[in-house]
Amino acid sequence: MQVEAYVGEEMVLNMGPQHPSTHGVLRLELETDGEIVKKVIPHIGYLHRCFEKHAENVDYPGVVPYTDRMDYVASMNNSFGYALAVEKLMKIEVNERVKTLRVIMAELNRIASHLLAVATYGMDIGTFTPFLHCFIEREKVLDLFEWTCGARLLYNYNWVGGVSHDIPDGFVEKAKQFLREFEPVLKELNELLSYNKIFINRTAAVGILAVDVALSYNVTGPNLRGSGVKWDLRKDEPYSGYEKYDFDVAVGDGRFGPLGSCWDRYFVRVWEMAESLKILHQALDHLPEGDVQEKIPKKVRPQKGECYGRSEAPRGELGYYIVSDGTGNPYRIKVKSPCFTVLSALPAMAKGALIADIIAILGSIDIVLGEIDR
Amino acid sequence: MQQAPGILQVLQGKFGSKILSSDMSVLDPTITVEGDSIAEICSFLKSNEALAFDTLMCLSAVDYKGLKGETDRIELVYHLFSMKHRHQIVLKVLLPREEPSIPSVEQIWDIANWHEREAYDMFGVTFNGHTDLRRILCPDDWVGYPLRKDYVQPETYRGMPVAPGKQFVEMAQDGLQVGTDPFREG
Amino acid sequence: MDAIFVWLSGNIAAYARLPESLQRLIPMVLACLICLTAALLFVLMATWGERKIAAHMQDRLGPMRVGGWHGWAQPLADGVKLLLKEDIIPAEADRFLFRMAPVLVFVGGFAAFAVIPFTSSFIAADLNIGILYAVAITALGVVGIIMAGWSSNNKYALYGGMRAAAQIVSYEIPSVLAILTVIIHVGSLSMQEIVLAQQGGVWNWFLFRNPFTFLAFFVYFLASLAEVNRTPFDIPEAESELVAGYHTEYSGMRFAFFYLAEYANMLLVSCIATTLFLGGWSGFLSQPLLPGAFLFLIKAMFLVFVQMWLRWTLPRLRVDQLLHMCWKVLLPIAFVLVMGSGILALK
Repeated sequence: MQVEAYVGEEMVLNMGPQHPSTHGVLRLELETDGEIVKKVIPHIGYLHRCFEKHAENVDYPGVVPYTDRMDYVASMNNSFGYALAVEKLMKIEVNERVKTLRVIMAELNRIASHLLAVATYGMDIGTFTPFLHCFIEREKVLDLFEWTCGARLLYNYNWVGGVSHDIPDGFVEKAKQFLREFEPVLKELNELLSYNKIFINRTAAVGILAVDVALSYNVTGPNLRGSGVKWDLRKDEPYSGYEKYDFDVAVGDGRFGPLGSCWDRYFVRVWEMAESLKILHQALDHLPEGDVQEKIPKKVRPQKGECYGRSEAPRGELGYYIVSDGTGNPYRIKVKSPCFTVLSALPAMAKGALIADIIAILGSIDIVLGEIDR
Repeated sequence: MQQAPGILQVLQGKFGSKILSSDMSVLDPTITVEGDSIAEICSFLKSNEALAFDTLMCLSAVDYKGLKGETDRIELVYHLFSMKHRHQIVLKVLLPREEPSIPSVEQIWDIANWHEREAYDMFGVTFNGHTDLRRILCPDDWVGYPLRKDYVQPETYRGMPVAPGKQFVEMAQDGLQVGTDPFREG
Repeated sequence: MDAIFVWLSGNIAAYARLPESLQRLIPMVLACLICLTAALLFVLMATWGERKIAAHMQDRLGPMRVGGWHGWAQPLADGVKLLLKEDIIPAEADRFLFRMAPVLVFVGGFAAFAVIPFTSSFIAADLNIGILYAVAITALGVVGIIMAGWSSNNKYALYGGMRAAAQIVSYEIPSVLAILTVIIHVGSLSMQEIVLAQQGGVWNWFLFRNPFTFLAFFVYFLASLAEVNRTPFDIPEAESELVAGYHTEYSGMRFAFFYLAEYANMLLVSCIATTLFLGGWSGFLSQPLLPGAFLFLIKAMFLVFVQMWLRWTLPRLRVDQLLHMCWKVLLPIAFVLVMGSGILALK
């Protein structure tokens, strides 16, 4: 979009691809009048790695590492969604142990991902200390993952029909110990950051996202729940055994300002971490026995057809549209990334904001550019 | 909540011949419609009280080329979902591979703005009525539509070689250790 | 300064044979050098202290290796590194202003140490307008910041410079009004007079003497946080928004000047607050047991610690919230305090 000749004293400020707060390589073109931002235009594509083209040239199991690298902060959930979509296409039903393990790993990764989102959001607003407290806990989760499958960030864990590694002996005790240590940290985070007056002043009246705008932009996940819509795929279209677990859906309630503000979205994430703790307690207590690799087909060759599988990733609804032509390689995989849709709604959320507010809004929608650009 | 056959019936009742075909037996029931009337069909789907498809979940383009027993075409697939009634439907449009164009649904769902830009960027589908149709993932002056099946990667982009991999392959085949000095001549 | 003159003329026989102007000049230079060295040493220590304090508040250790015990030589290593860095000036920058800006900021920070009474006998220049001089000279720093922001030819730096100008100039007013509440009781602008008026134990300090000066201490402390650009008022150098604000384009020794000036400013406002409200070098008891310099430094360092503590705990205020707080909250309170203090002084 060409910026026309401007009247008055407007200045085009480029929050360029390299910036401490853009959570990746994102370029925001801001047209500012003093401190007020008149227009914000996001430019993406700096991290485009042609995942969809690569997926056409490798076989179905070979796509799993590529899916990890999209939202690299929450890899377990990406490969989870992909495995679910392919299993839906091939009509494979995995056993209970696999389902529970997948839920455990997905929820642990949800906690790790939300910790990162919350901590970096605090840093954007100016507090540096919660960042370090949150990262200590995140390290513990990453240690659990490294113990299980050898990798800290990109796991290649959820395979079509099963998982790559069964959990080692002692994993359940270690995980429960982490859960015990994590609860007081959440309380401390609330005291230090969530209910801090300055933090509330910075975030509770900013970045209001109305429900109809959110639906029109297909905003999903914590961003949509922050605007008061109680929609969570784990509860409303359960998969992989989520119907067995007892947990609440975190919804924003406009406590300190209008509904749908940055504070609501941020607090939905904090609350979701507490709910993930509940799910993890239940899943770890009732982990069935079984062979995690028994349903993995020798050759993954779905019949000709297509399907759309969606799952609740930490950042929203992750959708995989898979078209199969009957061979071992996918014919087309299209990924609907939740961050892609919420970033396109940024200009709508940023009406009348100051530059500091743009940072606050951008932090509250919690984007990861790897997923947007694929 | 409506099942897919019910939705098909309503659409056929309203649009008649513009509904080309449907397939209710697949995993995600699909209705294939005429390309030129996609905008009015989608508008109806959104505004009708009983259907109320207020979210466009995904807009994908698929390039079918060289498959046995299938015509070469570009398919646009619209996955629609209704938050109000909790039902979903898939619309498909078949376009020719040469200069495909179709009305834009940006006015109906705001997210279509970016999805359509991506379909244009990757497949070259032109969306009539789109306010800002330019590339989104590739650089603005990129040549070619990458996700097409007959896409050939350009040799250079603005004077830079696009695929430096070949140099490394040759260096490795010559017995040199790849990665020590990528800018060395010869 | 006078103490040095007396000492020199008393102990060195040849001193009286120097020309009169030189006899006056040498003590001045020596006093300033002592002041400057002390301030710089403190500033180096403060950078180490900040890193250790931040680390322990964040559940980690901080510098541990440089120099052995808990990394005490880290500031020296940082200083050497900054000295050896390449001096980069942006191609389109205004070269003269770019070079002058750190000088102004540095001077504005360090020159005010000349009027700080460290002990009853040591004060580099016992001006009878001491506090007025201190406030005026620190305003030079604002000019330096705006120069840095403008001459960098960088939009982020410009934003930082503009924000700094708005912030510092606004917060001068409540700061000076809070100082006024004390001056009304003392009757003089001289720093030594202010300390002498607080002799006789902790209850004579202006902090505890009457409710108006008690509140004035907090008003002054908050306003001075904004003067030195510390969190929660560190908008001009907000790292996450403006990369580094007005010193984005500075590297090497020029950046070191800004960095040192920030810590010097922190110490300066702590020293001024100590002098005005916490009794300066006077003791907790009516007959002080410890030397005056020691007491003064303890109080000043405690205030510096509080400033660091606040930085690592609180988020940052947005620029309009910051100005709202100045003009609509601190300023009316400061006016009321001045009036109250004046009424009390009439009695």
